[in-house]
Amino acid sequence: MTDTAARRAAEREFTVRERTQLQLTVRRFLRHRLAVASLFVLILVVVFAFVGPLLWRYDYAQFTPDNSVAPSLKHPFGTTEDGKDELALVMRGTQQSVKVAVLTAVAATAIGAVWGAIAGFYRGLVDALLMRFADLVLTLPLLAVAAVLAGNTRGSWWLIAIVIAGLQWAIVSRIVRGVVLSLREKEFIEAARALGASDTRIIFRHLLPNAIGPVIVNATILVAVAILYETALSFLGFGIKAPDTSLGLLVNNARTAVDTRPWLFYFPGLFIIVIALTINFIGDGLRDAFDPRQQRIRQ
Amino acid sequence: MTAPSAAAAPPSDPAGGAADRPVLEVRDLVKHFPVRSKSVIRRQIGEVHAVCGVSFDIRANETLGLVGESGSGKSTTARTLLNLQPATSGAVMFAGRDLTKLSRADMRPLRRELQIVFQDPYAALDPRISVNEIVAEPLRIHRSFGADGRGQVRELLRLVGLNPEHGNRYPHEFSGGQRQRIGIARALALRPKVLVLDEPVSALDVSIQAGILNLLRDLQEELGLSYLFVAHDLSVVRHIAHRVAVMYLGRIVEVAPAARLFGSPAHPYTQALISAIPLPDPRRERARRRILLTGDVPNPISPPSGCRFRTRCPKFAGQLTEPERNKCVDEVPELVDRGTGAPVACHYAEPLHLLDSPA
Repeated sequence: MTDTAARRAAEREFTVRERTQLQLTVRRFLRHRLAVASLFVLILVVVFAFVGPLLWRYDYAQFTPDNSVAPSLKHPFGTTEDGKDELALVMRGTQQSVKVAVLTAVAATAIGAVWGAIAGFYRGLVDALLMRFADLVLTLPLLAVAAVLAGNTRGSWWLIAIVIAGLQWAIVSRIVRGVVLSLREKEFIEAARALGASDTRIIFRHLLPNAIGPVIVNATILVAVAILYETALSFLGFGIKAPDTSLGLLVNNARTAVDTRPWLFYFPGLFIIVIALTINFIGDGLRDAFDPRQQRIRQ
Repeated sequence: MTAPSAAAAPPSDPAGGAADRPVLEVRDLVKHFPVRSKSVIRRQIGEVHAVCGVSFDIRANETLGLVGESGSGKSTTARTLLNLQPATSGAVMFAGRDLTKLSRADMRPLRRELQIVFQDPYAALDPRISVNEIVAEPLRIHRSFGADGRGQVRELLRLVGLNPEHGNRYPHEFSGGQRQRIGIARALALRPKVLVLDEPVSALDVSIQAGILNLLRDLQEELGLSYLFVAHDLSVVRHIAHRVAVMYLGRIVEVAPAARLFGSPAHPYTQALISAIPLPDPRRERARRRILLTGDVPNPISPPSGCRFRTRCPKFAGQLTEPERNKCVDEVPELVDRGTGAPVACHYAEPLHLLDSPA
């Protein structure tokens, strides 16, 4: 290397900014266009659901004089047969459904991932105990558990989320355990041990980040599943109760009115689809952002 | 390299006399792995005798080469002495303490002093973590990632010949040789005294191997490191090691300074290995004496009695009389000096001149 070339290389050394792991991940996520667009749409939906009710002239529990009118300027989403404004209902329903779905996905994923990682990492007796308990949870029927707890829930959204998460985490733990069982034999885990890393560090710094792909995919599925389960619970009277509402409840109530008052069915249905779809795309983007080997993000 | 007249040099003193006190002493290290039945109740039905009573010293600023074929227990020895897997018995003395008796928590501060570089540079680096973080990890674990942590990482990358500018990149963006350099930088981060190199170049292209070997040699000089260099490639070991220990089926069969071992090996197994090193000159290659071994390495679950090498030993098969053979079958040959100038584990060891002066 000539002198000038060496000097140029030395100068270049200082022009590259060092970035933290988080910055690098965020940069990769931002390159994923569909995921960024989905995130934007989801934020709009969330703002619509949480800020909208403060601005809109009708309350979701309020009866207006207009019964069963089609969408118009006064009622953009139309009204129900008892005169409630459908836009106000959809805003409230989205709010409740998003809260239930997100809490379910986060809680089930967090518990399941740590549970499965510990089982897979320690193997042996710990594994056997943890996984048999997870198997036991998998056998519990959602509706029976919900029915038992229904007496006390009084339709509060977070209890519904906890009940659903309390049954779904076992699936997450099975997935994570499988991934961790193969990861723990990799040489970089042994390398971490040779450096003196603690078990906690190995699990949270090396095993779980490498298992994030399947975990995130499953979390996005969980969001959709939670919305549907909440609907099923509401239908049976264990979920969110009238006059409060959720997207699942709205769709369910409008089942018989698809032909006569389609707006009651399609507007909440559209929101369920939009939420599930955007979360799926965001999950895709996150998975790619966490995996530096993915080249697709460069598109 | 070394002078051709190896016999002229005093055999007990390879590295120039200054560094005679061992940094690390391994005594009668044994590692057996249980073999379990395939049925529901996983009964233990046997043991793989991976390492059987291995003893050696590593002196300050010295490279000890550990060679042997696949399955001879080289890597197991390396991992067991670092306490990455519990030893069945034996002792590893470092800084006045027996590593095999230490718990994981007690072992942690000593990990600063003893580090390892792995064979497969593709598997030994976490694919999800940027190179900066990989090299910083040992500093973080031992809470020495201070205000100048980033500077330290840059310095380490420069030390192993990488551009610190590339620190934001991920392992998959590097070639095998570069990854091995990252692994070395990580191992050096805590300024260890002893570095275990578990076949550090066998996964690399030949043209890259030389670069890594020279780097290791420079680092040894610069930082005063002691190496345990595990390898199966004799020419690599000849290039870098001061002393060489040869393993066969879990036992060390011969230890000698590199020049002596390659110049006049005394154990029949060592002789066979050395006669298999290809010579760069075709005329000499054709004319040389070859010692060919027959058969495979015996099953380590039930190793042969007495001398473990006897089932394949050309001397046992061709030159020994019946009573002499009985000794091989009945008596385990100890690793002691048998008048050949270096310890050798063969009842009938005699040095054999196989290679001309090192090229």
